Amino acid sequence: MYTTNASRGLPRHRSRHLTERYTRWALRCAIAFMVIALLWLVLAFHLNGQWMFALLFLVLGASLGVVFTKRTLMSHRYIFPAVAGLGVFVIFPLLYTIGISFSNYSSSNLLSEERVRGQLLSQSYQEDDAAFDLTLYQEGDLTRLLLDSGSQRFKTSPLNLDNRESRQIGIQAVTEPPAGEALPMRELVQARSALQGLRLLTPDGTELRMAGIRQFAPMLDRYDVLEDGSLYDRRDDRVLTPDHTIGFFVTDDGERITPGWPVNVGFANYTKIFTDPDIRGPFMQIFVWTFVFAALTVVFTLAVGFVLASLLQWDQLKGKAVYRTLLILPYAVPAFISILIFKGMFNQHFGEVNMILDSLFGVRPEWFTDPWLARSMLLIVNTWLGYPYMLLLCMGLIQAIPQDLYEASAVDGGGPITNLFKITLPLIIKPLTPLLIAAFAFNFNNFVLIALLTGGNPDILGASTPAGTTDLLVSYTYRIAFQDAGQNFGLAAAIATLIFLLVAGMSMLNLRLSKVKV
Amino acid sequence: MAMVQPRSVGARRLGAHLALICFVSLIVFPLLLVISISFREGNFATGSLIPERFSLEHWSLALGIPWERPDGSIVQPPFPVLLWLWNSIKVAVVSSVLILMLATTSAYAFARMRFKGKEPLLKGMLIFQMFPAVLSLVALYALFDRLGQFVGWLGINTHGALIVASLGAVALHIWTIKGYFESIDGSLEEAAMVDGASTWQAFRYILLPLSIPILMVVFILAFVMSIMEYPMASVLLVDEHKLTLAVGAQQYLADHNQRWGNFAAAAVLSGLPITVAFLICQRWIIGGLTAGGVKG
Repeated sequence: MYTTNASRGLPRHRSRHLTERYTRWALRCAIAFMVIALLWLVLAFHLNGQWMFALLFLVLGASLGVVFTKRTLMSHRYIFPAVAGLGVFVIFPLLYTIGISFSNYSSSNLLSEERVRGQLLSQSYQEDDAAFDLTLYQEGDLTRLLLDSGSQRFKTSPLNLDNRESRQIGIQAVTEPPAGEALPMRELVQARSALQGLRLLTPDGTELRMAGIRQFAPMLDRYDVLEDGSLYDRRDDRVLTPDHTIGFFVTDDGERITPGWPVNVGFANYTKIFTDPDIRGPFMQIFVWTFVFAALTVVFTLAVGFVLASLLQWDQLKGKAVYRTLLILPYAVPAFISILIFKGMFNQHFGEVNMILDSLFGVRPEWFTDPWLARSMLLIVNTWLGYPYMLLLCMGLIQAIPQDLYEASAVDGGGPITNLFKITLPLIIKPLTPLLIAAFAFNFNNFVLIALLTGGNPDILGASTPAGTTDLLVSYTYRIAFQDAGQNFGLAAAIATLIFLLVAGMSMLNLRLSKVKV
Repeated sequence: MAMVQPRSVGARRLGAHLALICFVSLIVFPLLLVISISFREGNFATGSLIPERFSLEHWSLALGIPWERPDGSIVQPPFPVLLWLWNSIKVAVVSSVLILMLATTSAYAFARMRFKGKEPLLKGMLIFQMFPAVLSLVALYALFDRLGQFVGWLGINTHGALIVASLGAVALHIWTIKGYFESIDGSLEEAAMVDGASTWQAFRYILLPLSIPILMVVFILAFVMSIMEYPMASVLLVDEHKLTLAVGAQQYLADHNQRWGNFAAAAVLSGLPITVAFLICQRWIIGGLTAGGVKG
């Protein structure tokens, strides 16, 4: 253990070797380049109005610059990349998630207020009772459009309809339809995408756009900006005022106009979890199941792993190496493959499990539609997946138990069961505890198993968010955020924050119990 | 060898063997079943463990070769399994190399140097390591979505994003390598530094060559973890030709259209190399895993 000379503030020597000097300069340039690239990102994010991200990269760039220029921070240069990775991809997302949990960020409140405003202002509507019927006339290679509203007739100059660009074209009033046959409907359908790009200007300045498959109609901008920032809706003759507490434009009778923008809603998401009966019910049910699932998994895997480990430590047994390799196979096969194998095996119609049960007992359990059977299936599969880890842990710990304890027990007439529960278990349970807590925390958040095996199904009835009877808190959060149309990121982030607190508690406990020496 | 032996030791030995054989066959059954299914004809074939109607159809499709049925119809491969496998390997190799580089340098500093904030950093890393990435997926998605506007290769639906995102999970590896470095006597490096080597040179030319074994272990460990990574890839990757195996494989068993036979062949094809690699390296991997935490 030493402190580097640089960190002590001792001067550096100028290297005698030319290559070394050049390498140093190359490294300095690389650092400078990275700092500049990061600052460019800061500027880009700042101009885009995303201050969270701008701040993140500012901190990153500044710390990079400081750590690699101050010689007293020489030791920190070695740990900087890893710490930066942890900061950007673990700690920042964590803080950002907590931030989102206080907002109404969701698929309906996604864009910033300016972009929502822009989107509304670009909307147009068709003026009533003023549509023109469209007919096409071939003129050589080109096509002429005729618009007829009954009282008025307009025609265009001959156009090339292979050109699909958006363009504005003036039209003239006519009294008689042009000579020749009108083209059939089929041609109209073919030219549709070119027609959609056309903006036809009548002599009095109204703009006509395609409004139906054979209609053009005057399109007017729907919204007008008023002085106080609210919008006037021309079509429905009403005023939309921006409400900054809910992040929507609202009409006078309280109707919300989508899309909205994200705003700070304080603790609304948290109170919703604990008071809204449609969310609280499923949430509590999932919460309890998550605990039960993690606890039972630890108990089952430990029981199986412990018994097998004691058996494999028995010195009278031959062929231990073969047994050991076969027994840790479930650990060696990638989990995403073995979980899918079980998904196929438990299939209600043609899965092997039901086929065997059918031929032996004449039953075909509905593993994926009955909540309790689905939960049992999860526990069976997870025990299969998880016991090798416990087996390996127990084997390592049992090896450390002195043999004379068993010798003494044998002298006193103790059998294998006595040995197991009076000697082996008490001696390994203490060093095992922190690892059991880690296993509990891991299974508490065992997203992959749920996502690949049941996807949370069967669903809980009457829930307003996607929630299933086999969902764990993590998969529930994932589904709220990424499944279905709702995409309620704010609510998902609030639940995620609660899980963060639980996990933090568990890892603190773990750290204290395992007495990690640094 | 224990000196005091119960009289019935022979019977017990037999019982133990029987129990173990029963249990092992129960455990291995699903794996054998999948191998068997991959050689059965059709997607809903049932039967004994040794296929009665042997067919290479699923294997041919898994390898991306169209298969001609006896009735003359041609079956196209449903999914690009080899491409997915290649994507997985590509992402895993690059991210493991990067993780190894980050973890080794920081482990060196943590093992050998004295500096400010070392203890809280090490403990903090252990705590933050336990937070599952699934929970910050919304934030990570937002981060890469915005980054992608300025830096194309870091956007959504790129392998770059997936690789970079995996760099957050280095704490476990730092602890593993640090433990190994601490088991190596520091006097060699000190001797080198007395002779004028810089800190970096002592690390690069003295310590690193001595720690090749642990670096191999950490590389394999990071590789396996990256191959199995599911939640992040499921959100960050969209197009079928960009998917990694972990995300793509589940499409075989979609609710409405289960391709059990095709899945079996693809699963054996892609799972076997990983399983064999794991078994070969099991001694070192298990040492690292049980020292640091849980398989994830």
